[in-house]
This record gives sequence, C-alpha cells and structure tokens, in this order.
Amino acid sequence: MSRAELLADDPIWLILLKVLCIFLFALLTAMITVWAERRLIGRMQNRPGPNRVGPFGLLQPIADAIKMPFKEEIVPRTADKVTYRLAPVLALSPTMIGLAVMPFGPEVSIFGERTVLQLVDLPVGVLVVLAAASIGVYGVVLAGWSSGTPYPLLGGLRSAAQVISYEIAMGLAIVAVILQTHSLSLGDIVDSQQGLWFGIALFPAFFIYLVAMVGETNRAPFDLPEAESELVAGFHTEYSSMKFVIFYIAEYINMIVVSAMGTTLFLGGYMAPWPISLIGDNYFNSGWWPMLWFIGKIGLALFFFIWLRGTLPRYRYDQFMKLGWKFLVPISLVFIVALTVINVFDQLSTTGILISAGFFILLLIALVMMIPDRREPRAGRVPLSGGGYPVPPIDLQIPSKPRRTKQARSRAGRRQTVAAGAKEGDDGVS
Amino acid sequence: MHGYFGAYGLVALLLVVGAVFVTVALTANRLLRPARPTPQKLLTYECGVDPVGGGWAQSYVRYYVFTFLYVVFAVDAVFLFPWATVFAAPGFGVATLVEMFVFLGFLAVGILYAWRKGVLSWA
Repeated sequence: MSRAELLADDPIWLILLKVLCIFLFALLTAMITVWAERRLIGRMQNRPGPNRVGPFGLLQPIADAIKMPFKEEIVPRTADKVTYRLAPVLALSPTMIGLAVMPFGPEVSIFGERTVLQLVDLPVGVLVVLAAASIGVYGVVLAGWSSGTPYPLLGGLRSAAQVISYEIAMGLAIVAVILQTHSLSLGDIVDSQQGLWFGIALFPAFFIYLVAMVGETNRAPFDLPEAESELVAGFHTEYSSMKFVIFYIAEYINMIVVSAMGTTLFLGGYMAPWPISLIGDNYFNSGWWPMLWFIGKIGLALFFFIWLRGTLPRYRYDQFMKLGWKFLVPISLVFIVALTVINVFDQLSTTGILISAGFFILLLIALVMMIPDRREPRAGRVPLSGGGYPVPPIDLQIPSKPRRTKQARSRAGRRQTVAAGAKEGDDGVS
Repeated sequence: MHGYFGAYGLVALLLVVGAVFVTVALTANRLLRPARPTPQKLLTYECGVDPVGGGWAQSYVRYYVFTFLYVVFAVDAVFLFPWATVFAAPGFGVATLVEMFVFLGFLAVGILYAWRKGVLSWA
C-alpha cells in the first residue's frame, strides 16, 4: 500500500496518539535544545554553563519551566492590551503545524496497526511548512507594535523584513529540490533520495537553505530583531513571565521545524547515512530505526545553529539585507534556471536547447548588470578614523595571536631567542 | 477516514493543540502569578531608565519597500512550485520551459530595477 493509503486507514486513537507524540516531541526537543545550547555555548566560551540543577544541569529547563509561571507579569501602561495578549498566542500556536506533514519514518506496526510514522502526507506538504513558518512572524510584529515602545517596534519591523526576505531565498532553494522530485509531498521527497541525498546533488540549494533557515528563525548571526546591543531585547523587551517563555519556546520549535525540513529536503530525511545503509539488505532503513536517523540529523542541524551562535558575530542590518537580496536571491534564481536546462537537456531538440541557452545567457547578462559600480567616497562624509568620532582608527594594530600548538610555540620561542641574540651581537659590535 | 478536507483537518488539529497549550499555560500563569502593580512598575521598561516622550516614536521606516518586493517574489515562488512538478512530464515541451524563463526574466528585471534604484542598499 502506498503512504497515503496507509495513512488514510489510521483509526482515530492512532491519530490522537500521533498528535500527542508530535506535541511532546516538539516540547521536549525544545527543552533539551535550550539546555544543550547553554551547555555548549558555555563550553565554547570557556565557562561551565548551567551545572547546579541535576547532573550536568540537565534539570535546568524544568526548573525554569516551574519558576516562570510564578513570576509577576508587568504589562506597561502604554501597551495595546488586546494585541499584547494575542501576540504570544499567534507566535506559538502555528509552529507545530510544520511537524504534522514531516515524515518521521517508514511503514511500521503500532499495536498491530500498519501505518507510516507521519501524521498526514499532504500533496502540498512543502507549502504547508512554508506557510506555517511565516504565520509566526505576525506574533513577532504584533508583539513589537503593541508594546508601545520604540525598541520593540524596531525589532518587530526588522523581524518582518528579515523573515519575508529570507523566505524568498528559502522558497527558491526548495524549488530546486522540487525540480528533481516532481512532487510537493514530503514523503515522496524522502523516497526520491534513496540514492544520492539532495544535500550533495544540489549543494548550492542546500547552502542557500542553510543560510535562509538561520535568517528565517531570527537566530545568531542574524538575530537582529533581538540584537541586545542595539534594541535591548528587541520585540520581547516588554514581555515578562509566561508570555516571555512562550516567545522563547516558539523560537526553539521554529528551529526544530526548519531543521526537520532541511533534513527531509536535503539530508535524506529518515534514510540511514551512507555506510550504515549498506548493512544487511536495508535493515537499518526499515522498522523503527529510521526515526533514530531522523532525530539524529535534526540534532546535528540544531548543533549547527548553536555552533553558529558561538562562532559568528552579529551581522549589521544593511549587510544582512544585502546578503539576502543581492546574493542569495539572484544566485538561487540562476541555479534554478541552470538546473532546469540540465534536466531537460536530453529530452529536447536542438532548437529548444538553443532557445533555453539564449534565455539563460540573457538572464546572466541581466545579473551581471546588477553588479553595482564602485563609487568614489563623496566629500563631506564622516571619515573612518579621526575626526573626533569615537571609532577605532582604520590602521588599528591588532596584537598577534598566541600560537595554538606546542610545536609552533617552541618554534616561535626559538626565533625570538635568535633575534635577541643577534641584537646582543649588534650591541657588542657598536 | 480522511479525505481531502480530513487531511487538512489533521493539520488544523495540531494548530488547535498548539492554541490549547498556550491557553492552558497562560491560564495557569494567571492563577499562579502575584499581581502587585505600582506606578513605577507600569512604566515602560525600554532600557532601564525612565522613558522620554510618547510610546510610538516616529522612526525612519523603509521596510515597506521589502514588503513590495516580497509580494513580487512570493507570487513568483507560488507559480514556480506547480511548474516544477510538471515541467519534465510528457506533453510539456519547450514552450513550458521558455514561458517560465520569460517569467523569470521579468522578475530579474524587477529586482534589477530595485537594485539600480538603490532601494536595496541601506545607507
């Protein structure tokens, strides 16, 4: 039986069980990610991170979850009360929709009932995930607006512009996958990655997706809506108590959804990774094993998020928009066109190839024309160094980095001794 | 058991689960939290010091340009998705391909126009 037929046979108790599992999966993974992020960031910044509550601080998220409902909620007098209360609901409620269409595994048997580890396999699953991901931004914008303060307002507006810009790049990266699968159902997309994963076959699209998913979820280095050095805490500055927690959970569930989406589209979904998939006639690609691979891959993607946050400084807003509109969108447009041409190359007559090559070249010319001219600095602009502004000088001397390895250190030490010796010799001569 | 609407009903079910979770959390919060407002507490927090001026400050907002561009490109993406599923199927020949390239060409001109107009740069 096909995937859709198996799913259509699900009795009501199984559907409810799956909904419960998805809900628990989202919440538990969000909690574990919060803990893992604090521990890992701690390690990357040479500090212990939370380590008081339970072994390795494992119970820290639970302690926080118990603490937060007991905190007093402070609603500023300037806030627009109704919208202020509505915003967190709008931010969190739609986040889990994305997980409904995500295939967690192939055909299994639950209490004697044959089914697929997926709630529903919609023929337009990809679009549902994209749509659900962009509803969340309403929560952020309304939260920023209803607080009645400049900083949250700016944070909310930034978030809106950011999410819609990167959603385009993300959508175009996904189109590249659809060009290969000819189907918008996530189940079919996983099935068509039996051979090569799209992350390798369509590497440019994968790369664009990775950048866009970080921009879409407002995470570092693209966390401009809540840039604490510029906007205090951005859109949730005026939120406290449980409403703040809801924004927090929404951010993490969004991360999980885009990770799951990236896994499904580019990393083979629930398929076992390459050397393991060869063992014993696809044994590791059947039954409950695939769920392990799927969750493992999501974990890897979440680690990637945390790693980025620990490594990269925040982008400036103009740099960020430039990256989105002047790099990611044109690149993905060109990639889609190139991919289409490659795809239909052998099906077409010579005329067809010539016509499509012509359009491809026209598009390339158009893109080349977009490269901006190098401009001379205008008179009357703020100088980069000096001029009475508190900016670091452009010819700033950066102290040399200490050597990492023992060998390099000793080599550097020897060079210094030699230099010092030579200096002494000079002194002796003079 | 689920036909066309049933399948979307399941998606809506998950939305309801999310909404119920938020409602339960906020209701629990309402019952558990203390409420001792003082005029000082109800001031806007902003960044710690007393706020100056009114709530909605005027600021230089140019984000709307991106919204226009988004509408253009979202429409583009919506047309690309169904096209991508069928372009290689038999019966859709060169014409399908060329039509989509013409469409993409128009969009490229759109982004080119925005670029040369300077709306994509910030300074």
